[in-house]
Amino acid sequence: MLNYVLSRLLTFVPTFIGVTLISFMFIRLLPGDPIIVMAGERGVSPERYAELSAQFGYDRPVYVQFFEYLTGVLQGDLGTSFVTKRPVWDEFFALFPATLELSICAMIFAVVLGLPAGVIAAVNRGKFFDRALMSTALVGYSMPIFWWALLLIIVFSGNLQWTPVSGRIDLLYYFPDPTGFMLIDSIASGQKGAFLSAVRHLLLPTIVLGTIPLAVIARQTRSAMLEVLGEDYIRTARSKGLSPGRINGIHALRNALIPVITVIGLSVGTLLAGAILTETIFSWPGIGKWMVDSIFRRDYPVVQGGLLLIAVMVMIVNLTVDMLYGVINPKIRKR
Amino acid sequence: MTETTSNEGQGAPVDGPERPGQLREFWFYFRENRGAVIGLWIFAVFAFLALFGPWIAPHDATAQAREFTLLPPAWQEGGSWTYVLGTDPLGRDMLSRLIVGARYSFFVGVVVVTVAASGGIIIGLLAGFAPKWVDSIIMRVMDIILAFPSLLLALVLVAILGPSLTNAMIAIAIVLQPHYVRLTRASVMSELQKDYVTSARVAGAGLARLMFVTVLPNCLAPIIVQAALSFSTAILDAAALGFLGMGAQPPTPEWGTMLAEAREFILRAWWVVTFPGLAILVTVLAINLMGDGLRDALDPKLKRS
Repeated sequence: MLNYVLSRLLTFVPTFIGVTLISFMFIRLLPGDPIIVMAGERGVSPERYAELSAQFGYDRPVYVQFFEYLTGVLQGDLGTSFVTKRPVWDEFFALFPATLELSICAMIFAVVLGLPAGVIAAVNRGKFFDRALMSTALVGYSMPIFWWALLLIIVFSGNLQWTPVSGRIDLLYYFPDPTGFMLIDSIASGQKGAFLSAVRHLLLPTIVLGTIPLAVIARQTRSAMLEVLGEDYIRTARSKGLSPGRINGIHALRNALIPVITVIGLSVGTLLAGAILTETIFSWPGIGKWMVDSIFRRDYPVVQGGLLLIAVMVMIVNLTVDMLYGVINPKIRKR
Repeated sequence: MTETTSNEGQGAPVDGPERPGQLREFWFYFRENRGAVIGLWIFAVFAFLALFGPWIAPHDATAQAREFTLLPPAWQEGGSWTYVLGTDPLGRDMLSRLIVGARYSFFVGVVVVTVAASGGIIIGLLAGFAPKWVDSIIMRVMDIILAFPSLLLALVLVAILGPSLTNAMIAIAIVLQPHYVRLTRASVMSELQKDYVTSARVAGAGLARLMFVTVLPNCLAPIIVQAALSFSTAILDAAALGFLGMGAQPPTPEWGTMLAEAREFILRAWWVVTFPGLAILVTVLAINLMGDGLRDALDPKLKRS
């Protein structure tokens, strides 16, 4: 087991350096000189240009710059935003809870609906429920989520006026945010209606972001269940006279969960990609919107740092899933 | 895979006399899946519109009828049968724009899949045949690309290359290509263990022949399924990039770009938002249905059950 963990960790190192190199190179390749972009319309004199260039280290060879960047990254220094002049690291962690809160809610939404849907479809294989659920899942899987978001806004915010269109909470409410999670902070603040307002803001983005994972989980649960339901021990359980509920719910589902959990873990990347669109549409102040805004503002350090942090996050989650999988299924460790 | 292997056990080229039989067998299994056949029909219509769109569309897709801006669809009050699905904020016919827009999505799908698949297959073959250290390097590079969420990577790539449909296609192809590399490499690795490859090698087949004639045809089934699935991913991602303003630029009637232009009118004119998205959804759904059918027909494991 230790060998397995170590070998997985060892592959992490070159990938990490590669990811750093790529996010570093991107910025060197982006059109427009960063210093000229920073100077804006005022322009910059040649002397000032040379001075700034030296200050940011752009006048040195690229490999020296990369090495310094890598050292900085390992010490938690990702540079400073051109626009806000704040460290990229601080900005990321100020916005990250918003994305995390949204992602967790979306994942809960997807799992709570997706697992039962998959189980029901598998148990009723080929019947009406199976077809209806799987057709719906395929529609969800094919959904352009930016359009889905607009549709939900038309219906629930426009026609029914049930939910707000953007932000995390009504402007009426103002309270400190020690955790950064609006749901928790709004309760902690004790202000009447704050929690409800937070929930109403969260509703549509959660549905939008959770739709594709929901469809994927439902499809994956169904096929995993079908595979397990054909196993001998299920037949044994049946012949013992166990109730179908117990067989499906306990014997089958527990074993079917292993591939499903992998899928859940691996959809973190999908969630982050979805967060880019969802947050942009709902003006959700998280890292997805932050990245898009920074790309448009040509805020190079932010794009570079954000790209790196997001990639590292995806890598860590994938690594964890890999290792958990190794713990659950010893066959994999042997490879 | 064993079934195809026994058919082509001698490493026989695919254009042997068995070809029509294989096709017929494939069609037999594909037809079983009703959804897949429906998907195929919708895709055929989509392809037809993509090829002949501008000649079918009732109006010029970029012509602006200034007196008819934001006209609702014909069946709604105030609608007109001249503009069946209504007009957009600039008075352009929605139906014509949707029909002409089909070719951009189709084009994106075809180009992205061709580029990503051919690149991915060649790199995957190399990784499968090359010495271990080359293989490790290739796979680490693919891991690195896969560590970035695809849409984010595509977005940054387009920001570097400059926003346009061509650059969006390049970016999406780069992002999708590692999947083909992994898939090809995995199939190559399992095929290389088999006797027919050894016998081809003993018979003196060169490396290129081994790669492309002996092994590759037997790895194609999962790659074809992947191609169908990434066709729909490509369309979705290109539309998403268009929606974020980083894909096709106005006034191109690309569906995602149309949605972006219509965003501010969502609460006043539902049709400018609904129809382009519906077009994307139906197309992607049809392709995914086809992909499911392809998988059922090509995957021998499911075939026997």
